[in-house]
Amino acid sequence: MSAPPTTTAELAQNTQDAIGPIIAFDNVSIAFEDNTVLDGISFQLPRGETKAIFGVAGSGKSTILKLTLGLIKPDGGRIRVLGEDVTQMPEDDLFELRRKIGMVFQESALFDSLTVRDNVAFRLMEEAKITEEEIERRVVEALSFVELEHTLNMLPSELSGGMRRRVAIARAIIAQPEILLYDSPTGGLDPVTSTTIVELIIKQRDVYKTSSLLVTHRLQDAFIMATHSFDRKTNHMRPLPRGERGEVPMTFLILRDGKVIFDGDAQELAQSRDEYIREYIS
Amino acid sequence: MELISPAEFAKDKVQAIQEYSFLAGQSVTNLFRRPRYMADMMQQADLIGFGSLPIVVLTGLFTGAVLALNSANTLQRFGSLSLLGQLVSVGMVTELGPVLTGLMVAGRNSSGMASELGSMIVTEQIDAMRALGTDPMKKLVTPRVVSTVFMLFFLTIISDLLGLVGGSVVATLIFGMDSHQYWSTAWQVLVFQDVFTGLTKPLLFGFIIATVGCYYGMTARGGTQGVGRATTQAVVAASVFILLVDFFATKFLMAIFGYR
Repeated sequence: MSAPPTTTAELAQNTQDAIGPIIAFDNVSIAFEDNTVLDGISFQLPRGETKAIFGVAGSGKSTILKLTLGLIKPDGGRIRVLGEDVTQMPEDDLFELRRKIGMVFQESALFDSLTVRDNVAFRLMEEAKITEEEIERRVVEALSFVELEHTLNMLPSELSGGMRRRVAIARAIIAQPEILLYDSPTGGLDPVTSTTIVELIIKQRDVYKTSSLLVTHRLQDAFIMATHSFDRKTNHMRPLPRGERGEVPMTFLILRDGKVIFDGDAQELAQSRDEYIREYIS
Repeated sequence: MELISPAEFAKDKVQAIQEYSFLAGQSVTNLFRRPRYMADMMQQADLIGFGSLPIVVLTGLFTGAVLALNSANTLQRFGSLSLLGQLVSVGMVTELGPVLTGLMVAGRNSSGMASELGSMIVTEQIDAMRALGTDPMKKLVTPRVVSTVFMLFFLTIISDLLGLVGGSVVATLIFGMDSHQYWSTAWQVLVFQDVFTGLTKPLLFGFIIATVGCYYGMTARGGTQGVGRATTQAVVAASVFILLVDFFATKFLMAIFGYR
């Protein structure tokens, strides 16, 4: 993997230090038609931490990400993101807030009529202050991060599923967001490509110190993330010795029937006596 | 087919009208708010305007020709063939030019907008755009509305002119009329009210075509089948809406001018 730029670790630290948790859900509920998806859930994401969200299909994992971005509004409760109450914000203000958040969608959601270059540059092109040269430099940098700089002029339809997912990651990180939201980034991918994606997420977490919410069905991905760190020298992830594993800023959240039934780190998860959780992780 | 109660049906319709009105209103108010996507407007103007030119040219030409053909037979019976230029001119400029151009552009572009935006909705591209901090209403809807209104105005003028040319060809080649007589009567009969009516309608029709197409696209649900449904509905709704508005606009403009 190419060496990442060095400026962003500070960037993650330099804003809004006094606002408490970077994301806070407080008694949030939402129902679609008559189906209650989230029923008064509360959790917090501290700065620099990655929280993996698990649950069966339809348990509201992706809904949590959409609520965080303000793409949908909850029926009840309060959601604070970067100190702002997104449940009360008008859409125009939400567009400003969303520029500080990157999201990787489940099926990548790349703009199919734009090239990879224009997809990745989309957010920068919206800002009139940035020059063409600067955009070009940052697009190449973001694509180098995901090792896809050779796809610059290709269309999304010419890429494989794994490559599309990596382009989506490049698009999400190009503006150096303070929060990253991953919606099943390894879903439907082969094990080798999945490991590449997981390594990129670990790299983003350890090098850029970006806070993130990760929705996934694959427990093994989250366990790799909890037991590995990114080594800048080799430019690859490496397994941590047992004694250092508690230092990884990684927690787990499990949803069941619209409620949070577990919120803690890997060790607490492994020690849980809850039958459902034990069955889930076995 | 699933049966729904009359109350649910009415509620759905009212909500649809509310959502359409909101989209139509926003497409206009966004013109006065930054950012304005000029490059997107130019691109859409090219796609909608120049892309529709072939069908508008053919529609205008043959509508004028067939109008002359049908009218000439009737006029000949009363020995009034010399009125042919006037009849084709007024018919094309006030009614057939704007309406048929509107219907042709609706068939081509309402469906195109509904399918393009609908596909973006079902593949989460619209959500991705919002997540990237860009307002899809400003980026996608307003440029389409502005471009359609602007380009339909000029397409209608082209259609009117070609309708007169088609009429002239029929009048001179089939009925042996003097070309100069045809054009001078066609020109002299037109008054300000006719031209004003004929050029106001494409502005309304352009707005209908784009807002209806965008509305059905932005509210598409249910995968590719939903996109197909939205596309069909957009063409039908835009066409019917054009014919309805045509009647009321004509009546309204007549009332204003105290005309006919």
